[in-house]
Amino acid sequence: MNSYKKDRTAFWLFLMPALLAFLIVVVVPFFMGIYYSMTDWTAITGSEINWVGFKNYANMWSDVQFRYSFIRTFVFTVLSVATINFVALFLAYLVTREVKGRNFFRAGFFLPNLIGGLVLGYIWQFIFKSIIPPLGGLFGIQAIEEVVILGDATLTLFGLVFAYTWQYAGYIMMIYVAAILNVPQSLIEACEIDGANFWQKFRNITVPMIAQAITITSFLTLVNSFKQYDIIVALTGGGPSAVYGAAKDVVNSTELLAVHIYETAFVYNDMAEGQAKAIIFFLVLSVVSIAQVIYNKRREVEL
Amino acid sequence: MMTERKENKNKIPLRKRVAAIAALIIIIICFTVTVFPFFIVVINSAKSSLEVINQPIAMPDNWGQLFKNVSEVWSSNTVRYPSSLFSSFIITTFSLFFIAIFSSMAAWVLVRTKTKMSAFIFLVFISGLIIPFQVVMFPLVQLFSASYKVLGIKMLRTYHGMILSYIGFGAPLSVFMFHGFIKSIPLELEEAATIEGYGRWKIYRRIILPILQPIVVTVLILNGIWIWNDFLLPSLILGIGNRIQTIPLAVRFFAGSFVKKWDLIMTAVLMAALPIIIGFLFGQKYIISGMVSGAIK
Repeated sequence: MNSYKKDRTAFWLFLMPALLAFLIVVVVPFFMGIYYSMTDWTAITGSEINWVGFKNYANMWSDVQFRYSFIRTFVFTVLSVATINFVALFLAYLVTREVKGRNFFRAGFFLPNLIGGLVLGYIWQFIFKSIIPPLGGLFGIQAIEEVVILGDATLTLFGLVFAYTWQYAGYIMMIYVAAILNVPQSLIEACEIDGANFWQKFRNITVPMIAQAITITSFLTLVNSFKQYDIIVALTGGGPSAVYGAAKDVVNSTELLAVHIYETAFVYNDMAEGQAKAIIFFLVLSVVSIAQVIYNKRREVEL
Repeated sequence: MMTERKENKNKIPLRKRVAAIAALIIIIICFTVTVFPFFIVVINSAKSSLEVINQPIAMPDNWGQLFKNVSEVWSSNTVRYPSSLFSSFIITTFSLFFIAIFSSMAAWVLVRTKTKMSAFIFLVFISGLIIPFQVVMFPLVQLFSASYKVLGIKMLRTYHGMILSYIGFGAPLSVFMFHGFIKSIPLELEEAATIEGYGRWKIYRRIILPILQPIVVTVLILNGIWIWNDFLLPSLILGIGNRIQTIPLAVRFFAGSFVKKWDLIMTAVLMAALPIIIGFLFGQKYIISGMVSGAIK
């Protein structure tokens, strides 16, 4: 009995510090957030908080910027997931070949991942504004010399995807490298003896053997693209403006959901609606990412 | 031996040799694109504002300008570089220390206690992995400001508020990783230690923690890079332009107030990136393998 009691005390003593921090920072705010999303909470101190039910959830869809941000976030996520994984796999293939200095190259490709999103956002803002046009001039390409990337809604979104790929592809590449190095060399050699070409080898040996890594990388790129905030804040600040829909509403073209949630709460001072949007954001992200993992797990088995 | 090798080399078909050279050329092109932004940052940190505007892609006229820019950013009262570096260092170090200790302690008792309560608490931790920060950020700020109004405990704009936040947000992934590893440690070691008369704390400190060392490294690296570069969380807890600011906050504050001064913004960016690049040069092997194994787990 005594030892049982002692065990229980020890259990809670060892658990408490991490659990307490987690409860204070994540669990309690999570439930507070569900409550706040059903009130008329604003950031004005001293103002009363009243229960309004699902009003915020109903109202948010009439916000043009919110609908637009939703679509743009999906577009950005799809483009980023595709680009990052393509570039990463391509680089991984290159640096797993018999190439001199491949460890050096691997480290180089990985390096941008260590630069924070905010800092690299400023680097790319400078490159898009001040470096690309003179580079166009240097090579005598007038179209590039005159392009204002950050003034055009479509180009800016591509610019974001490019900057994000620059940051993240090296990391995803390392996951692919680890997977490719695990592919038994004998399998590939057997394939070569059978006279398989590059594409056949890739399709029939490499892809099935790295299926597990593909599940991980798709999940990581999907979730992190969907939540992107830092790069946008520093690179575009949500701009430039664009015209959207039949009513020709003016919207911020790169104000993706994570940025939009922040803007709703702090710039428009509607904390409650920002919170409700955040909860929708969470639900959509969970559904999409879980569906994606289930889909990939099924594929893993089939392959 | 040498001739044999040479012969072997000659036996490699021409097609393969061409492919190898082509691969190397493509790698070098990709590599150039990758390091190009770093190059741009470095050359433009060594220019005056006029030079940056007139010749952004030329090499700087005078590298001495670099030191001038660095000293201007260093003494700027928005960047407050020494103080920001110190704050970033304090926050990252203490957060990492507590994340590693607290999460491994929790994971250990969660693995070794086979009760419904223990399984439930583990599930609560894991659920934290899928909650995006956006869902909890507004209520967290509200909770922290309430703690001052109601209890008189100041959390916003303080080191302990920031560090507590990182322990909480870092716990799910860290507990999960430690949990997976501890499951594979045989119980016999701990039983033997109990017979020897070791207490709980001594078993954790002398037996478990040393075995966990490789996972501790992974946890430190994964959390360390996130915390050092994090922007949104410190912008909410510490605010921008207050006494305590981390490096990303300082860059934001600086770039926000000198929109057109790209020479100094590039210098600030260089000085912000430098500590982590230096860290990478020293711990390259651990950082890459730590981050990759962290993802695969």
